[in-house]
Amino acid sequence: MEIPKSFLGYKRENGRVGTRNHVVILPVDDISNACAEAVANNIKGTFAIPHAYGRLQFGADLELFFDTMIGTGKNPNVAACVVIGIEPKWTKRIVDAIAKTGKPVEGFSIEGSGDIKTIMKASQKAQEFSQWASEKQREECPLSDLWISVKCGESDTTSGMAANPAVGNLMDKLEPLGVHLCFGETSELTGAEKVCATRGATPEAQKKFTKTWSDYNDFILKEATNDLSESQPTAGNIAGGLTTIEEKAFGNFQKIGSRKFIDVLTPAEEPKKGPGLYFMDTSSAAGECLTLQAAAGFNIHLFPTGQGNIIGNAIEPVVKLTGNPSTAVNMKEHIDLDVSKILKREMNMDQAGDELIKTTIRTASGRLTCAEVLGHKEFIMTKLFRSA
Amino acid sequence: MASTDIIIHDEKDNVGVVVIEKITPNQDCNCWIMENDKSVTIKSKNEIPLGHKIAMIDFKEGDTILKYGHDIGKVVKEIKKGEHVHVHNVKTKKW
Repeated sequence: MEIPKSFLGYKRENGRVGTRNHVVILPVDDISNACAEAVANNIKGTFAIPHAYGRLQFGADLELFFDTMIGTGKNPNVAACVVIGIEPKWTKRIVDAIAKTGKPVEGFSIEGSGDIKTIMKASQKAQEFSQWASEKQREECPLSDLWISVKCGESDTTSGMAANPAVGNLMDKLEPLGVHLCFGETSELTGAEKVCATRGATPEAQKKFTKTWSDYNDFILKEATNDLSESQPTAGNIAGGLTTIEEKAFGNFQKIGSRKFIDVLTPAEEPKKGPGLYFMDTSSAAGECLTLQAAAGFNIHLFPTGQGNIIGNAIEPVVKLTGNPSTAVNMKEHIDLDVSKILKREMNMDQAGDELIKTTIRTASGRLTCAEVLGHKEFIMTKLFRSA
Repeated sequence: MASTDIIIHDEKDNVGVVVIEKITPNQDCNCWIMENDKSVTIKSKNEIPLGHKIAMIDFKEGDTILKYGHDIGKVVKEIKKGEHVHVHNVKTKKW
């Protein structure tokens, strides 16, 4: 197949391109969720991203919180953003950082005026943003404007045989075109960590990966109260035939094809070394991993599943594919691309990769994903430790 | 081309994965080795569902299971060629 050269995206003020045109109402903290949701309910064409945190966090955990919130607002899939927090200082920190992209953003704090007056003021601004964003048009953009993140979930042995290598095939074909790519799931590479380290493009990247994996693994072993065999693999993985974390890891690893990663990112860190494949240090819980990847600026996500994970994301469209013929039938409404014909040898990996490229471009150009149509807007903060 | 019942990732692998709804005991199964596009056959000993593994050789306790050409865990209970390989007879070496 000749790979299409372009997709239809929204060009943003800072030169990045969005695959979506969201107007987001972003609460800074847990107690501002109600206000943000009221504004989103008032003003059509907007939605709120409620979450559980933002109070009394400190140190590295607080910095990751800010990186996640700011990165979410900065993501090119967000056209404009209203930020609402209880206190002005943290609200302003988030607003000022998002404003650097040049996109419309305005902050409101509730303390001293209460929910109702804040809802009124924030709704007026949200209305302005919604109508402004509604006039934005999609334009032809090169594929190099795609920033593609990947993560698999509810994996089974078909993931390693079909859906994950189909993603790998896409990576092998799109990386030479200047696309940014990102995989994560530090803890689910356990068992394949030595092989994964050899895929670092430079000795620095290899060293950084090994340290990142070791630190995460040491943390898991320190906190573990049993032998972890009931968490990794999960009950769903085991039902699907996966026996050990090593087997899961080698299946997982098929997603990067024959690519090498050029750098290792901290959670939610924006890639700065140009196009190519990045590894990000993330949890293997889908909601957390996708939220971090979206906060780093990735604008479309590919999610292979075996037993049928139903995840979506607040701002990144999540394309789901499966190689499991039962899942493709029984959970049809969640599956954007069925590659189960690979198991019957009625489709080869080259064809599966091409089909996935087509689905990715259609989705990037505006086709809604199953997760979007079904209302999945998961936004899950990674918490490093307890709040003060 | 005969229909494929079992897929083996790598020539070095000593297990295969069932890719039909299930295989039944004493079924003569067609196996396809993805890496080199070769075919082999095996007779099953157990019923094994889609996505689960079958032993391609006899294993003793302590032996290593190879899949994708890599070590994916250790045998904790003897397994005969054609039997179901899973959490009841294989365990991680990691935790």
